[in-house]
Amino acid sequence: MPKIISAKFIAPNVKQFEILSPKIAQRRKPGQFVIIRIDDSGERVPLTIADSNTDTGTITIIAQGVGKTTLELNALEAGDNILDVVGPLGKPSEIENFGTAVSIGGGVGTAIAYPTAVALKEAGNHTISIIGGRSKDFVILEDEMRKVCDEVYVTTDDGSYGKKGFVTDQLNELIAQRKIDFVLAIGPIPMMKAVAEVTRDKNIKTVVSLNPIMIDGTGMCGGCRATVDNKTVFVCVDGPEFDAHKVDFKTLDRRNRTYLMDEKISREKYQCESEKRFHQN
Amino acid sequence: MLTNKERMKIARQDMPMQEGHIRVHNFNEVNLGFTEELAKMEALRCLQCPKPTCIEGCPVGIKIDQFIALVAEGKYLEAAAKIKEDNLLPAICGRVCPQEEQCEVKCVVGKKGEPVAIGRLERFVADYEREHVGIRTPELKPKTNKKVAIVGSGPAGLSCAGDLIQMGHDVTVFEALHNLGGVLIYGIPEFRLPKEIVKAEIESLKKLGVDFQVNSIIGLTDTVDELLKNGYDAVFIAVGAGLPYFLNIPGENLNGVYSSNEFLTRVNLMKAYKFPDFDTPVFNCKDKRIAVFGGGNTAMDAVRTSKRLGAKNAYIIYRRSDAEMPARKEEIHHAKEEGIEFIYLSNPLEFIGTEDGWLKAVKLQKMELGEPDASGRRRPVPIQGSEYELEIDMAVIAIGNGSNPIIQKTTPELQFNKWGNILVDNETMKTSKEGVFAGGDIVTGGATVILAMGAGRKAAAAINSYLMTKN
Repeated sequence: MPKIISAKFIAPNVKQFEILSPKIAQRRKPGQFVIIRIDDSGERVPLTIADSNTDTGTITIIAQGVGKTTLELNALEAGDNILDVVGPLGKPSEIENFGTAVSIGGGVGTAIAYPTAVALKEAGNHTISIIGGRSKDFVILEDEMRKVCDEVYVTTDDGSYGKKGFVTDQLNELIAQRKIDFVLAIGPIPMMKAVAEVTRDKNIKTVVSLNPIMIDGTGMCGGCRATVDNKTVFVCVDGPEFDAHKVDFKTLDRRNRTYLMDEKISREKYQCESEKRFHQN
Repeated sequence: MLTNKERMKIARQDMPMQEGHIRVHNFNEVNLGFTEELAKMEALRCLQCPKPTCIEGCPVGIKIDQFIALVAEGKYLEAAAKIKEDNLLPAICGRVCPQEEQCEVKCVVGKKGEPVAIGRLERFVADYEREHVGIRTPELKPKTNKKVAIVGSGPAGLSCAGDLIQMGHDVTVFEALHNLGGVLIYGIPEFRLPKEIVKAEIESLKKLGVDFQVNSIIGLTDTVDELLKNGYDAVFIAVGAGLPYFLNIPGENLNGVYSSNEFLTRVNLMKAYKFPDFDTPVFNCKDKRIAVFGGGNTAMDAVRTSKRLGAKNAYIIYRRSDAEMPARKEEIHHAKEEGIEFIYLSNPLEFIGTEDGWLKAVKLQKMELGEPDASGRRRPVPIQGSEYELEIDMAVIAIGNGSNPIIQKTTPELQFNKWGNILVDNETMKTSKEGVFAGGDIVTGGATVILAMGAGRKAAAAINSYLMTKN
């Protein structure tokens, strides 16, 4: 059972973990993910590998507590174990020297954009990062991004930090100023869709990382299928990154809502049980 | 001693089972197995042929006549040991092998009446041993100090591991999922093959010394090349056929449309039928109309699962007629007893959704049977103008599996056919890559558990002779 080496909240409800998993740490490439399962009755949840350290044999994952499993994960601390960690899954990001590359992360999506930003910089790109968050507290990995990127811009919806507005406002501004050759956008579906609309007419190559519901992550179940370029793809083996201008975001969003009711039941049951445990202790 | 004539007079013994109206409300096993009395009586039906043709029908060559003679004498544990000379997983095979097409179809008794119930006897013997003394394991040959990596813990991988460990080799089995058993654990439902039984038979392999590594995807976590480089003398690839086919018709990505793999994996592996005690949900079938497309065993498994999840109507929709259905007769019979509705000669053209993207109906076209096709079955031909809509809430596509691409993409020296199946020498199971063997569904395309087990055993023999002659 892989051990959690360190665990810390980096934003409200967003926790960063270093997990001992030497094989995955060694093999993983930017854009790839792992699937974890916390306990024997748990579900399998895909999480992007944000970083790795081959010296310590650890991988970094960042999780936002939204459903039962992520809330349960975020209750774990250094020294705890995770029952199952499998990977690295998915195709690595396609990295080349595009020229000027903009990496956009919305909310916890910044965690997913980060490893690819690192790789874009290493490939010789002039790398710009736009980090978006609802408010100041939700802006994550700014220091890390500043270390690897040539320019970093921060936007918040409420203006409590950085520029007030959306990541697309910042992107539009950059596009008006200079030639942008590549955009990577990772975050909530409406954000990725909005970025795709900004760059579509301008023919800027734009890549998004999709986050469908998955089970096995190896192509066996087909649950993660999405519509890209009017064809069905399996995100776990054909992706997770795709040409943003060809992704059918509406279908992705709709399929992600398949289990909304069940997720609510599961979360409420967990919260109720946690509360009971809390009062017993 | 009974004369053959007297033996032939004994009727084939029925296996007790849960009644249809009761079992649709639970996931417990449908068949309850022979009692000792029933088993003995059934064993007496065997004529003990001097040349037992039944054995020819068994892909793993179980000494059927001998184990049945032991059952007739009440020596059940000896019978179990006899089976295990050729098959370490008898409780599984006794349940899921299509005996009616293999051993039992060749049974001499069956020429005039009903064949000896070999499968039921195998199951009885295996269950008797497990329940009374626990699974006993055979002796191992002296260690050879050769190491074999097996990729996949499904039927082919398990049977290969069982043979190789007995031959004295060190064996490690790599499994991509978090539980062992492959299709036995994610595909075949609890009511047909209880997971505790799969677990127990795998435990017996562990007891023999087989090392199992879960969460290991060969091609991603490690590659075949690395296994060979890191001390394994041979690799057996038995990853199965794990990439579901879809119908490729409009509306297939609507909410409520599943592959059989996804639907069954949610229910079997992830135990969604126990939601919310288990975290993984599945479509809420209660009082809904469910359609399963396909006519194989997997389609039967899926539709019967949906009924147990509370479906109001559970349909099998198949484009040929009942005569062409590839599922086992027993499974079709059980499905009908459980109230499954069969719609033959109908082909889906389109899934129709609600405004918010949930499945609400399927457009079907009626078919008629034409000339036989390459499979020897009469080809279904559409009847023009016969389209009609059937209202459904969930659909499961159970029309087979292609080959998973992960090994292919990461093992450049391996040769594949155009469907992504690994090319092997049929005698030696050798692939185009030195030291690498393959078998099961990844070679043949989707087939049965026992054929995969047969391939695993054949590969074990081939790997053994490769290892013992190498150097």
